[in-house]
Amino acid sequence: MVAAIATGAAIAAGCGDDDPDALVVSAAASLRGALTECANSEQEPRIRLQFAGSDELAAQIRKGVRPDVYAAANTRLPDQLAREGLLERPATFATNRLVLATPPRGTVDALEDLERAGLRLAIGSEGVPIGDYTREVIARLGARRARRVLANVRSEEPDVKGIVGKLAQGAADAGFVYRTDAGAAGLRALPLPDRLQPEVAYAAAAVTGTDAAEEARAFVAGLRRGRCAGALRSAGFGPPPGR
Amino acid sequence: MRGWFAALLGVATAAALTFLTLPIVAIFVDTSPARLVDSLGEEGTAEALWLSLRTTVLALAIIVAAGTPVAWLLASRRFPGRALAVTLVELPLVLPPAVAGIALLAALGPEGILGGPLADLGVRLPLTTAAVVTALTFVASPFYVRQAQAAFAAVDPALVDASRTLGASEARTFLRVVVPTAAPGLAAGGALALGRALGEFGATLMFAGSLQGVTQTAPLAIYDRFATDFDAALALSAVLVGVSGGILLAVKLVRGGEVLGHARA
Repeated sequence: MVAAIATGAAIAAGCGDDDPDALVVSAAASLRGALTECANSEQEPRIRLQFAGSDELAAQIRKGVRPDVYAAANTRLPDQLAREGLLERPATFATNRLVLATPPRGTVDALEDLERAGLRLAIGSEGVPIGDYTREVIARLGARRARRVLANVRSEEPDVKGIVGKLAQGAADAGFVYRTDAGAAGLRALPLPDRLQPEVAYAAAAVTGTDAAEEARAFVAGLRRGRCAGALRSAGFGPPPGR
Repeated sequence: MRGWFAALLGVATAAALTFLTLPIVAIFVDTSPARLVDSLGEEGTAEALWLSLRTTVLALAIIVAAGTPVAWLLASRRFPGRALAVTLVELPLVLPPAVAGIALLAALGPEGILGGPLADLGVRLPLTTAAVVTALTFVASPFYVRQAQAAFAAVDPALVDASRTLGASEARTFLRVVVPTAAPGLAAGGALALGRALGEFGATLMFAGSLQGVTQTAPLAIYDRFATDFDAALALSAVLVGVSGGILLAVKLVRGGEVLGHARA
């Protein structure tokens, strides 16, 4: 009976969905700008995008949600899902860099400022790629400095857009985000020295057992070379390693 | 002819009850009591519940203190613009939480309307426990004020008149006659506001952020664990179901079911 209600809701919602044939792509929040642009192009197949933290999207897939493509801000989550049989073989399609972002009129000008007492730092929560990368950066500062920086963390956000939003509104003084996000949101971005820079690689794969495996594989290939690769480059993403 | 209609009502009711209770039952089926207790012992879980409790009770205290006079004014006076005032007080009731979060940032954030004056006073609200209380107060207050206004309006005017005729001031009449008479309704309103505040998620995340022990209330902790530790998220959900169910039950005991007819929560 409940199944009947749920099915009814699905049918009712389906009637309002003008595009049931579109390829559904679950992508990391940091890919929003670039993928939105290339998804809007006139090419077939049409693409429906949903963005969230990579870990949240992975959890959804584990709980039975079936998009056609999964694109994450790291390689760890796609690799895990592939080992669990939920994804086909993932392909690395882009790289990115972490920056220290501040509001346009912010008071943070150097990494050292992060240790200042009373500074408000917003970072990604643990498990979401941006949060894990950020912890890598902070750990490389050395134990003493890391402790002082972590003591200034005022919010652990579920995805990149949470951090960017807090910075844009001046609610936080600084945060670690991807270079591509800082630029798009008009934040001030301080580059990190190479010795602190983590390896940020994005991987995507077709989800197994969907009706559109061919189109999904083609989309993933297009992230590396083709349909979406150009949009990724102009948004500031680096080419995948080895190219 | 009577038979088929009764059967239809029965089927519809059974369908509705199953649909509404199945997801809640699933929370308890998916977790065993032992695992539930284990998860509660985990770092951060008890802290989230304790923070939720503190901020909710504080928000409720503010709502009752500020909302009771408002409700009495709206219930006892007729003045131009009263309908508008009633609508404005009720507005947060229908606002999506995300809108409430954005609105609070736009009003009280550093870049917001009052951001400058607040900064001059040395107050920076976002990302603090005070911001959680602010968000809870904003979203939950209509639940209390609506109910309190209805409870005050239902007080027999003859009682008020008698008190005034006997020489009691309005303030005295309000405290000694009106509030005690309306007490069950006020309590029900308070409980509904408490329930709403306890479940608040979106406005809190946007305005207050999420930090363990400071701003990460139980609903935010559930969301935080959803991706990494589904069991812990389930356990915390089970506790919230228990608490919210308890609140609802308390309301029903106080008002004998009447409240469910009034509140559109």
